[in-house]
Amino acid sequence: MIELRLWISQRSGMLLAIALFVLMFTIYIGNHPAGLTVNVATTAANKGVLLALVAMAQTLPVLTGGLDLSVGMVFILCNCLASHLIIGSPFQVALGIAAVLATGIAAGAVSGAIVVYGRLQPIITTLATGAVYYGLALLLRPVPGGEIDTDLADFITYQLFDTVPTTLVLLAIVATAVWLPFRLSETGRGCLAVGSAEGAAFMSGVAIDRAKLLAYVLSGLLAAIAGLLLTFITFSGEASAPAGGTYTLNSIASVVIGGTSLFGGSGGIIGSIFGAFVLRTIEDLLFVFDLPPLWQPLFQGIVLLAAVSLGAGRVFRVRNRLELFG
Amino acid sequence: MTPAVPRLLVRPEFLAFAFIGVMLLAGSLYSANFLSATYLLQQLQVAAFLGIIASGAMIVILLGHIDLSVPWVVTVGGMMSTAAAGWWDASLALPFGVLCGFLIGLVNGVGVAVLRIPSMIFTLGINAVAQGLMVLHTGGFAPQDKATPFMHWLSVEHFVLGIPNALFVWLIVGGAVAAMLARTPFGRYIYAIGNREAVAYLSGVDTRAVLIVCFAISGACSALAGVLLAGYSDKAYQAMGDAYLLPAIAAVVLGGTNILGGRGTYLGTVAGVILISLLQSILSVMQMPEAGRQIIYGCVIIAMLLVYGRGSRVQG
Repeated sequence: MIELRLWISQRSGMLLAIALFVLMFTIYIGNHPAGLTVNVATTAANKGVLLALVAMAQTLPVLTGGLDLSVGMVFILCNCLASHLIIGSPFQVALGIAAVLATGIAAGAVSGAIVVYGRLQPIITTLATGAVYYGLALLLRPVPGGEIDTDLADFITYQLFDTVPTTLVLLAIVATAVWLPFRLSETGRGCLAVGSAEGAAFMSGVAIDRAKLLAYVLSGLLAAIAGLLLTFITFSGEASAPAGGTYTLNSIASVVIGGTSLFGGSGGIIGSIFGAFVLRTIEDLLFVFDLPPLWQPLFQGIVLLAAVSLGAGRVFRVRNRLELFG
Repeated sequence: MTPAVPRLLVRPEFLAFAFIGVMLLAGSLYSANFLSATYLLQQLQVAAFLGIIASGAMIVILLGHIDLSVPWVVTVGGMMSTAAAGWWDASLALPFGVLCGFLIGLVNGVGVAVLRIPSMIFTLGINAVAQGLMVLHTGGFAPQDKATPFMHWLSVEHFVLGIPNALFVWLIVGGAVAAMLARTPFGRYIYAIGNREAVAYLSGVDTRAVLIVCFAISGACSALAGVLLAGYSDKAYQAMGDAYLLPAIAAVVLGGTNILGGRGTYLGTVAGVILISLLQSILSVMQMPEAGRQIIYGCVIIAMLLVYGRGSRVQG
């Protein structure tokens, strides 16, 4: 019983995000003219999974106490690259996918190496590398366009056995294939230790350099998968700086809503996935409630602000104000 | 033991100014215009907008926080000032625009200082709310968006020796911030909080009040820059502040301010602002396409910080 209570209290942020999502999605479906059809679910899943992947990419650096302001730009860069490469024979397509994933890994590795070996602050490093990645994306796609393998794109963006949205399955596979091994590995635990107390982790013999580097590399990989998915959804590539910036900022918001501490050391990818779903459902809710379009940005802002303010309750519970200064 | 290199030469402020000199020299090899007074004054005029925003951003960064609401607070400043001119009187344009920014900053400060929500995420939320308000403002009742003659005069004209008025505005704002940081107890509190908030609190500093005031100053600075920008382009428009958030943070950090707070001088921020403006200008004069500009821009920031902005090794 005590163990269960502990388990819940350690995951309160994540559980809150899941509850919030279930509540909002139920309201959404309840008010949707078509109800819960396969098509409605697929559309919602495609949009949600896209942000969820970027949010997962953001989570790993945040766990180490860092931040990756370049995830949105890696996402855009991989989208632009994919719009060139995902075409031709199955072998070429496979090679293209591998190249896109490798690009994401390389982008993450560069940011990580500068943070770890250059000893620059993550926030300013990724700000600068983000500019570079956006420049590369522009080189690849000065104007929006491109052509991709439509069979593969349709397969990814429709349903498996006409019932389950393929992107949801994809998300589950990515989450289990990346997050589980990472969380159970020594290096993965090292990431959380670094985020919690870097000095103590170092003194305990944690390979802090390797842990941090791995976090950024995996972040690049996840952002690349998101970039691929965007290409499958839009059938094209576009080097859009506003899109990159929006995805970066929404990824941070998703991470926070999902219960991961921005100071590092606690949280996880599952929370971020539901944080992303919550953010996406907000937009859908505004749609079904037929809000005047002019009011939508304001409502989105207020809901976002309210969602990230959920954690503020502890301020009124602490007995000693010194506890607040962490 | 005397250090091998004199202390002054390794200070970030000095290196940033030295790099500005190198860029100007390199530019003058490309075209002699780079060293002309007209070009330099023009650069300083454009730098003034960034400089005013960076002044506010620097104060917040010194506290160990960050203000991500800059883009839409700039827009609020521009739009509210032009709207005030339409609603009431042209003389109210500038004060009302700055007041709106100040109030938004106040809300930022309350969220960060009282509710203890991480500034990165709270100011982000406020940015979204400000955006929503401005969309509503422009879409709902087609307001006046034309800058007043005074705003135009303040940001474009020059009344003495060909020095742009905008530069004087930056001089006043910058001088006030520099004096506040270096010469007043309030400035000391800012550095103290940036170094360790708990210690500042235990030493009797009302840390909440300092945080709130600083965020309010940052909001007012952003809005003032928005008023000037509206004067510069003669109208206020949506997303007019989007291009200023990242350069402002980059300028502050390139000037040697620690992004984690507690360390940095205003002189360094001045150097950082000029450096960023000059870099952007040189790249556009050389007709570098946008892609190349972004790549060089990012690489220069990384390269400069690798020279003098590195953190210390973890030692337990």
